[in-house]
Amino acid sequence: MTSTPTALIEVDGIGKNYGTVVALRDVSTVVNAGEVTCVLGDNGAGKSTLIKILAGVHQHDAGGYSVNGEPVRLGSPREALDLGIATVYQDLAVVPLMSVWRNFFLGSEPTVGAGPLRRLDRRTAKETARAALADMGINLRDVERPVGTLSGGERQCVAIARAVHFGAKVLILDEPTAALGVKQSGVVLRYVAQARDRGLGVVLITHNPHHAYPVGNRFLILKRGRSLGSTEKADITVEELTRQMSGGAELEELAHELREVPGA
Amino acid sequence: MTTTVDPKPEPAATDERLPSNAFLTTMVVRPETGAFIGALVVFFFFSFAADKFLTWSGAATWLDDSATLGIMAVAVALLMIGGEFDLSAGVMTASTALVTAIFATQVGLNVWVALLLSLVFALGVGALNGLLVVRTGLPSFIVTLGTFLALQGLNLGVTRLITGSVQVTGMRAADGYESAGFVFASTFPVADTPFQISIVWWLGFTAVAAWILSHTRFGNWIFAVGGAAPAARAVGVPVARTKVLLFMGTALAGWLVGTINILRFTTVQANQGIGLEFQFIIAAVIGGCLLTGGFGSAIGAAIGALIFGMARQGIVFADWNSDWFMLFLGIMLLGAVLVNNTFRRRAERLRR
Repeated sequence: MTSTPTALIEVDGIGKNYGTVVALRDVSTVVNAGEVTCVLGDNGAGKSTLIKILAGVHQHDAGGYSVNGEPVRLGSPREALDLGIATVYQDLAVVPLMSVWRNFFLGSEPTVGAGPLRRLDRRTAKETARAALADMGINLRDVERPVGTLSGGERQCVAIARAVHFGAKVLILDEPTAALGVKQSGVVLRYVAQARDRGLGVVLITHNPHHAYPVGNRFLILKRGRSLGSTEKADITVEELTRQMSGGAELEELAHELREVPGA
Repeated sequence: MTTTVDPKPEPAATDERLPSNAFLTTMVVRPETGAFIGALVVFFFFSFAADKFLTWSGAATWLDDSATLGIMAVAVALLMIGGEFDLSAGVMTASTALVTAIFATQVGLNVWVALLLSLVFALGVGALNGLLVVRTGLPSFIVTLGTFLALQGLNLGVTRLITGSVQVTGMRAADGYESAGFVFASTFPVADTPFQISIVWWLGFTAVAAWILSHTRFGNWIFAVGGAAPAARAVGVPVARTKVLLFMGTALAGWLVGTINILRFTTVQANQGIGLEFQFIIAAVIGGCLLTGGFGSAIGAAIGALIFGMARQGIVFADWNSDWFMLFLGIMLLGAVLVNNTFRRRAERLRR
């Protein structure tokens, strides 16, 4: 794996310990503009730890993390956002009881007026939210609707559209399809592809190789906090990806063992 | 972390679901709807049941009763929308009055200076409540129960130490009493009936709170930190600062009510205010606040306090035993919680 001048994010031999537990060790990959880097792995593989480091929630203990070629150590999600790294968390993407437009602008609300009379520019906010969503192909009749009344896929899309709108250069998606049905997953993956085609670097975390393969350019497979390598799409098939991800060798061993159990 | 699995595929066209969503949207956008209907019912009921209720002097009485409760209920509603409770809010109204009274009558300061000092004290306690909650991550219920008990003890202990009794009197003789009293405890005539200025404070406080909630960034953050704090934090909302400011807001309201009380009655009992904290929460819940946070209304809380005041005084006007008030209160509260819960359930079911 080589870094190119277009690398938005590069991690090199990155590691993280929680106390004595090694959550992540020696993981390297790269995220380029207009490409999707997929991070695959089973539960506890270290996917969450990796994205939390990328998103500024946690800090790495070892290795190097650079954004646009500059080594960084992000102290907070706000710092990551300021560098153009936006994260959409699986369950935490939106506030269900708040309206679509309030969610869309949460944390970056447009205001008018000054001093104690500084207030939300509600009209601009609503119109911008509606336009930005329509731009991503999401047509909502009413941006006053509470986000909780949208379907799971629509909610992810609102969060993605929000990140794109606020000029994210890197979009980190934490298992965006995990809680969704087949059709909704397709909708979300379409927006992932759309964000990629707009020139964003996308980090897609998933444990479903069939979701990762169609949109991904590069696949980083994690297992028990270690990297099984970062592979270009040309060098791997979806079958191989599935095999590696599910720990193919171990599965074969398990199959053997099960065969030896009498009556199984 | 649990993941919810969608059991059934989503319909391709979401339009079929529009009617139910439109209904939910209306109800969710207007959390005070239920309280408003309740207030109308209570108003008409007592207008018929008690002759004195629907007179100018009657209205002055139940509006005054609603006013001081309402100021607190509105502040408590904002805090509850932000996902926290403040059990020290009731006792705070006594603490601030005591601080003001002690500085004005025992130290001999000008009332305005004493008010400023008690304001600093109140904001300090509010900030302490908030910081304890956000730093420790403990439920605010238990943290503010602690400060509630501590303040209760301080009120009695310090008052007895300084005055030798459990009350502070003599505000009338203090410097600046006239002007401060005019601002916080005077009356204004409507149809030859004196109305308490506290009613104006209540309406003003409610208007400002409602405006903050729906028209400012801070209001947006209040809903967000109560509705889903991790999501809010992830998009850069200063969750801790928002919560601390909300606790300082209830303390500020406590100071305002304490000030109104001490200047009107010129005397304060050290054990005043105990038990009021639940009335504030009840008024906020009747006004449409969810106990789980993230949803509610300042205007709703003000209406909740109005229902409270109308019922409490209406029962007196109707010559009933005031014991009935508690029965009424219990039924109101249960009704409000059931209605709120229904909305919440609907929102959660449709969320899939």
